[in-house]
Amino acid sequence: MLDDFFIRALLAGVGLALVTGPLGCFVVWRRMAYFGDTMAHSALLGVALALVLEINLMIGVFLVAALASLALLVLERRGALSTDALLGILSHSTLALGLVMVAFMTWVRVDLMGFLFGDILAVSRLDIAIVYGGGAAVLALLVLLWRPLLAATVNADIARAEGLNPERSRLIFMLLMAAVIAIAMKIVGILLITALLIIPAATARRFANGPEMMAVLAGAIGAASVVAGLGGSLRFDTPSGPSIVVAALALFVLSLVRLPLPRHGETAPPTEERS
Amino acid sequence: MPENHAHSSSRTTTPLVEMHNAGVFRAGRWLVRGVDLSVRRGEIVTLIGPNGSGKSTTAKTAIGVIRPDEGHVHRAPRLRVGYVPQKVALDWTLPLSVARLMTLTGPAEPAAMRAALEAAGVAHLADRQVQGLSGGEFQRALLARALLREPDLLVLDEPVQGVDFTGEVALYELIRDIRDRTGCGILMISHDLHIVMADTDTVICLNGHVCCRGEPQSVMGSPEYRKLFGARAAEALALYRHHHDHTHLADGRVQHADGSITEHCHAEDGHHHHSHDAVTGEPDAR
Repeated sequence: MLDDFFIRALLAGVGLALVTGPLGCFVVWRRMAYFGDTMAHSALLGVALALVLEINLMIGVFLVAALASLALLVLERRGALSTDALLGILSHSTLALGLVMVAFMTWVRVDLMGFLFGDILAVSRLDIAIVYGGGAAVLALLVLLWRPLLAATVNADIARAEGLNPERSRLIFMLLMAAVIAIAMKIVGILLITALLIIPAATARRFANGPEMMAVLAGAIGAASVVAGLGGSLRFDTPSGPSIVVAALALFVLSLVRLPLPRHGETAPPTEERS
Repeated sequence: MPENHAHSSSRTTTPLVEMHNAGVFRAGRWLVRGVDLSVRRGEIVTLIGPNGSGKSTTAKTAIGVIRPDEGHVHRAPRLRVGYVPQKVALDWTLPLSVARLMTLTGPAEPAAMRAALEAAGVAHLADRQVQGLSGGEFQRALLARALLREPDLLVLDEPVQGVDFTGEVALYELIRDIRDRTGCGILMISHDLHIVMADTDTVICLNGHVCCRGEPQSVMGSPEYRKLFGARAAEALALYRHHHDHTHLADGRVQHADGSITEHCHAEDGHHHHSHDAVTGEPDAR
């Protein structure tokens, strides 16, 4: 028999993976991996601020992650530094700020490891409700936003010329990312959230013929990673969050090993340039 | 031009898009300034000019992708735009078939999709992944996608790039057919001075501003055009209106009907076997 806490962990982890998979596809397609990482790292600053202001931790994380992405947009527009350098500055300075602020707060006991690497075995029934409620809302918005977001990903000028609004799509997408980071923090921790966004999506690419199929597959592969990772964690007594990521990595490596069937119209070289 | 009579009556209608003294200012300089242009139903307007002369900027401003920093752009209400940009860099991580590309910005009936793909000559590629297409196939797929929207205004930014010469002629013929069949207005960009379509109604020559404009023949003869592109370019423009008794090679030289190859074709070099009426009169390129 599985212990009750284990079933709660499974439920929460699978629920989260079903959301990070499809959302992660856009992170991969738009080459925003480092961007996602930056937003996730800013979460610790959100935790610290929420503790100071005595507001809900998730709301604090959501607000700071959203602000970090907006700050990046503004700085990007000024064009003084490359996006790459800006991301490096924001990513590590928000994380360091969060760590320093938490250290100052001697009056609260903060489980730093829990925030950094997650504590999926400690999820409560309320946490599960938040994962599924919040996750359903994020997925619903993603479905509603699918066409403009995909069109803007392929070519923003086409989207704008043909009456869609790529700026608005991008803004909503970043808010969805902030929401998922807030939800995921307790489960895999802020240092590993990006892994759940990117690795299942990258694994799904090899098996997908279209963007919709890739999104669904990424969700399923993420869920399988959670099940395998938690199973391994229970069996080998390893930390649960990292075990999930290791399982996701194992599936990704397996997908590379698999000999690609000669499929009609499939292209091999990933570096091919379109001019 | 007799073949354009069908369109000349509609020229009097209000323009699909109209720009007045439009300019775009970016990073401390004017990319383009003082542009006046209009495109009407059934009309083909071609923008030419050297690299960096503001052709793409002008086209994007016309369809609202870029907001002008001065001047005005007026588009007809509920204008449907079909846009083929200069570059579509698709990440390999995004799996996209030609069929899925068709419904990128809006839903479509399968029959309409098939018709658009057939019109662009790429119906056989519907199930192929976009990343595996050749340059010409990809251009045609993008054109099919824009056509599927049944646009009032079709905007083509260098539609023949990455297409070999025979494909180029075929693509220009296709574009003319689209205009003739649907009656849409076409705003096209070309950097290829050697082949500005014979069917273009108005050529606008840009170099940060409008240098000169008019029918291809009159632009070719204008001193501004000669100053910008040189006298040789002016001759090259005329070529497209000649009888097709010669072929343009990839390196810009010309192979004539008798098999000889010259740097470019002069009417007086003896290779042409047609009367000079063709140069100044009927567009008999077909």
